[in-house]
Amino acid sequence: MTAAGEASQVAARVARDSYGRLVAFLAARTRDVAGAEDALSEAFAAALRMWPADGVPDNPDAWLLTVARRRQTDSIRRRQTRTAGEAHVKLIADEIEAAAEEGEAIPDRRLALMFACAHPAIERGLRAPLILQTILGMTAEDIAAAFLIPPATMGQRLVRAKARIHDAGIPFRVPETEELAGRLDAVLDAIYAAYSKGWNEVGETGIPEIADEAIWLARLVVSLLPEAPEAKGMLALMLYAEARRPARRTPDGAYVPLEEQDTSLWDDSQIVVAEQLLRDASRDGPSGRYQLEAAIQSAHTARRLAGVANWPVVVQLYDHLVALTHSPVVALNRAVALAEVEGPAAALAAVAPLATDKRMLGYQPYWAARGHLLARAGQPADAAEALTVAMGLTTDEAVRTYLAQQLAALPRA
Amino acid sequence: MRYMMLIHHDEAALAAAPQKELWADYAAFNEALSKAGSGMVSGERLQPSSAATTVRQDGGKAEILDGPYADAKEQFAGYFFIDVPDLDEAIVWAKRCPSSKYGSVEIRPIVDAEAKWK
Repeated sequence: MTAAGEASQVAARVARDSYGRLVAFLAARTRDVAGAEDALSEAFAAALRMWPADGVPDNPDAWLLTVARRRQTDSIRRRQTRTAGEAHVKLIADEIEAAAEEGEAIPDRRLALMFACAHPAIERGLRAPLILQTILGMTAEDIAAAFLIPPATMGQRLVRAKARIHDAGIPFRVPETEELAGRLDAVLDAIYAAYSKGWNEVGETGIPEIADEAIWLARLVVSLLPEAPEAKGMLALMLYAEARRPARRTPDGAYVPLEEQDTSLWDDSQIVVAEQLLRDASRDGPSGRYQLEAAIQSAHTARRLAGVANWPVVVQLYDHLVALTHSPVVALNRAVALAEVEGPAAALAAVAPLATDKRMLGYQPYWAARGHLLARAGQPADAAEALTVAMGLTTDEAVRTYLAQQLAALPRA
Repeated sequence: MRYMMLIHHDEAALAAAPQKELWADYAAFNEALSKAGSGMVSGERLQPSSAATTVRQDGGKAEILDGPYADAKEQFAGYFFIDVPDLDEAIVWAKRCPSSKYGSVEIRPIVDAEAKWK
């Protein structure tokens, strides 16, 4: 990577980190999430424009706040012409100024904002997208792609949800212990979706930082809720994936599927931590979705020790996961594992019901998996068709190259 | 924030409830609301929906209907106001209200006249 590219990445990382904390800080004061985002979006854009060239300022939060505060103050003045509004403006200005002078000491309200976004009064399907936008600054387009929803629809829903947080008076605080478990699922789903985004699109600039941020958030939740097994299960799942990250690409950037990865490149230190977390989690209580997924990753990493993957165990774990989630994506992954135990014909039969699921038709891994299974089943013409669709749907150059190689390797009909 | 709590009763379920206990519960709730509920505690209980009359005007012509505005299982039965810090507090008061066991309590934030002028 060029020095300029690296500076740009560091700047983006710092800007995103600051952005999330500042949105949470402002929103918690004003209860106006959209307003806080508006106030910071110009500062955020300016930072992304200027920092790569000029360098990241000594106190990035203060830099962003100086611009953001001006905007936030203007916006409140416009809305509240009465004296109560003036007092409010002064309060915010003073608090932000004091916080900015302290530098690192700006209170991190991101967890409180996450729980506001995951409040029962917010439509279930929107809680995760809302957290991704407010905490990580992800665009509606990126979120829509991760959630298999049209971007315009996602944008409108996010706007309405933010208005609802303000209008209904949803609080910005971490819930009391007795409600915490129920609210936690939505928070975990959002953090994991952020992580998957970083995991799937390694090629895109800035995206791996979202994965790091998601892991940071997961650690925060685990430290806050040491009794919650699912939080540990989720962090374990992320760390298993992180451990394999160095093996996912060749030195020249080519994509390497799991089965062909050089296990000596896997990061043992992260695997050890993940195994410990998973053991703690399953000791604490019944298995949830993340614990099951982590157990599947644990079975994959066992290949590092045993030399062979334990596919029957993986399929069994997927069976539980399908029963728990009814997710087409999970069903797809189960079918891929099933191919290693019962062969490609059984896997294709398992994938067949997904063909009528509209969400799958635009989902690149579905077509890629179908293509591989068809190729192995000795149906090169159908395989070529599926792999071509997969190539057309992918946004990652390395994956596209990999699929092109698979396509070229098919026997001519 | 100020909220209006709109009580909707399933009148059949309410009629079938043990009346003595119901009114004891309500007396306790009203007492709690006036002692511990911050701010406004005013509220009213309404006559059943059989006593309702509904008026609509369309093109200068008034339509007067004998009965409530909608023939639903749950009917508007009363209201009270609370002034609490946030929705979570309002939800707690809705859960405390005995009516939530015989219908529903809708929580509606009141328009803040100050904030209306955006």
